[in-house]
Amino acid sequence: MTQVQTRSAAVAPAAAGPTQRRPFFGRAREAATGWLFVLPFAVLLVAFLLLPMAYAFKISLYRSTLIEGEVFAWFDNYQQAIDDPLVREGVLRVLIFGLIQTPVMIGLALLAALLIDAATSRFSRVFRLAAFVPYAVPVVIGTLMWGFLYSKSIGPLAWTGIDFVGSDTVLASLGNIVTWQWAGYNMIVLYAALQGVPKEIYESAKIDGAGQVQIALRIKTPMISSALVLATLFTIMGTLQFFTEPLILQPLNPGAITQHYTPNVYAYNQAFSFQQYNYSAAISFLLGAVVFVGSYIFLFATRKRSALR
Amino acid sequence: MAVYFLLPFWWLLVASTKNNEGLFDAGALWFNGFHFIDNVKLLFTQENGIYLTWLRNSAFYAVVSGVGATAISALAGYAFAKLRFPGRNALFALLLGLIMVPATALVLPTYLLMSQADLVDTIWAVILPSLLNPFGVYLLRVYIHDSIPDEMLEAARIDGAGEFRVFRSVALPAIRPALVTVLLFSMVASWNNFFLPLVMLSDDGLYPLTVGLRTWYMSAIMGNGGAATFNVIITGALVAIVPLIVAFLMLQRYWRGGLTIGAVK
Repeated sequence: MTQVQTRSAAVAPAAAGPTQRRPFFGRAREAATGWLFVLPFAVLLVAFLLLPMAYAFKISLYRSTLIEGEVFAWFDNYQQAIDDPLVREGVLRVLIFGLIQTPVMIGLALLAALLIDAATSRFSRVFRLAAFVPYAVPVVIGTLMWGFLYSKSIGPLAWTGIDFVGSDTVLASLGNIVTWQWAGYNMIVLYAALQGVPKEIYESAKIDGAGQVQIALRIKTPMISSALVLATLFTIMGTLQFFTEPLILQPLNPGAITQHYTPNVYAYNQAFSFQQYNYSAAISFLLGAVVFVGSYIFLFATRKRSALR
Repeated sequence: MAVYFLLPFWWLLVASTKNNEGLFDAGALWFNGFHFIDNVKLLFTQENGIYLTWLRNSAFYAVVSGVGATAISALAGYAFAKLRFPGRNALFALLLGLIMVPATALVLPTYLLMSQADLVDTIWAVILPSLLNPFGVYLLRVYIHDSIPDEMLEAARIDGAGEFRVFRSVALPAIRPALVTVLLFSMVASWNNFFLPLVMLSDDGLYPLTVGLRTWYMSAIMGNGGAATFNVIITGALVAIVPLIVAFLMLQRYWRGGLTIGAVK
């Protein structure tokens, strides 16, 4: 946003003080117009963000039983969620998943971005498109496709003899789907950031005797750290909410992909298979709060490198 | 690396030309008979042509949500960037905080609220929540702030244009690239959406493609009778992604610009 400041500073002498600035446009009218313009958005924000959040919090504090009906239960549902071994198992699973999948995918995206930044233009154009195409595919269909590819009877990977949806391999197979779907997206983001680095920096490094690899690791990578931070953040946020991929692959091996495979799958099943809306709301709210607080802490800890200041 | 990204598409393309028996023969990556036309016919006649209904629903949800979300975001983004009104800073700060709220945590309470308003299992249950796009508002605010000088708006006002006219005739044409970007991304988000329609809809005549194909896939795997076979599902998946890939290739400069607006200064 530095650009904005310089631009408005350049035209500042032309604009007078705020009271004289708008002689034909009164402050009250401007305020009314402003509210009118944001009104549709503000209504949606209340109706589909604030209200559901407040409602989820409210019902998460109640307990519904056949004998008692709806009773206020304070934080019992949260206590139950924290003590629930199935919740813990799911949380542990998405944590392990995120710890392995995030660095692998961001690393792959960074490597690809550095390669196409250094490569000839025609090759990089073709490669950029190839890697980005999976992003255009809906997650459901991408997962269906990989479900077929993993299949022992009709998939092209059958010759490997690996059971891709076995209980000890399915998490890695899910990781592969996520990586396939999002690596290209992250690569484009990182590549766009690389394009923004002034080329003179590379020249001076070259004169000082730095090779291509050194330039890539010591200059290019630190220069785009803000984009790296954001890409990592969005990946972590996505990981914690892991839902669609396990749900789609579930029928392939219901024994391995359980009804509590991830916290989000668990919350969904609690609500729609067991009608445990109160407990489900507590899990959802807890998960939402963790993602929200986690991303704030992450942004705060890395704020020097972050673009969202 | 390019092989890794493209091989699944090659497999999908090849598989869509096989009949159901052919799929189970060896050589998954090469052709084996040509039944693509038959598969497409099967796809569009299965369960009285419900696939076409799903395709239409997906397109309808994507267009209405995309255009609506973009229009609402543009109005709000313009107001945040260029109009002074009490509560502006507070509301914008709230918006920045709420961008971080994970969408999936909202689906369940939104469902419960919708069911109290008797809107569950209607198109509104899918469209109304999709009209909210805080990130779009943020992008357009930044873009309008950067690209439209106040003097330009002032000049239009002095010429006697009303505030809405200034917005429509001066601001909107100047931010067209950003508008197309937000439109493209909200349409794709809606086309790809799965969790929201999965929860909100139970009438399969209202399903979008994502939810519809999943029900076919589920019953094919479980071996329930009457549902689509693998060759039909594979062809359905191919038909569902081709329009998106074509749109992305055609609108390359917009999505690339869009990713840059979002991630990098």
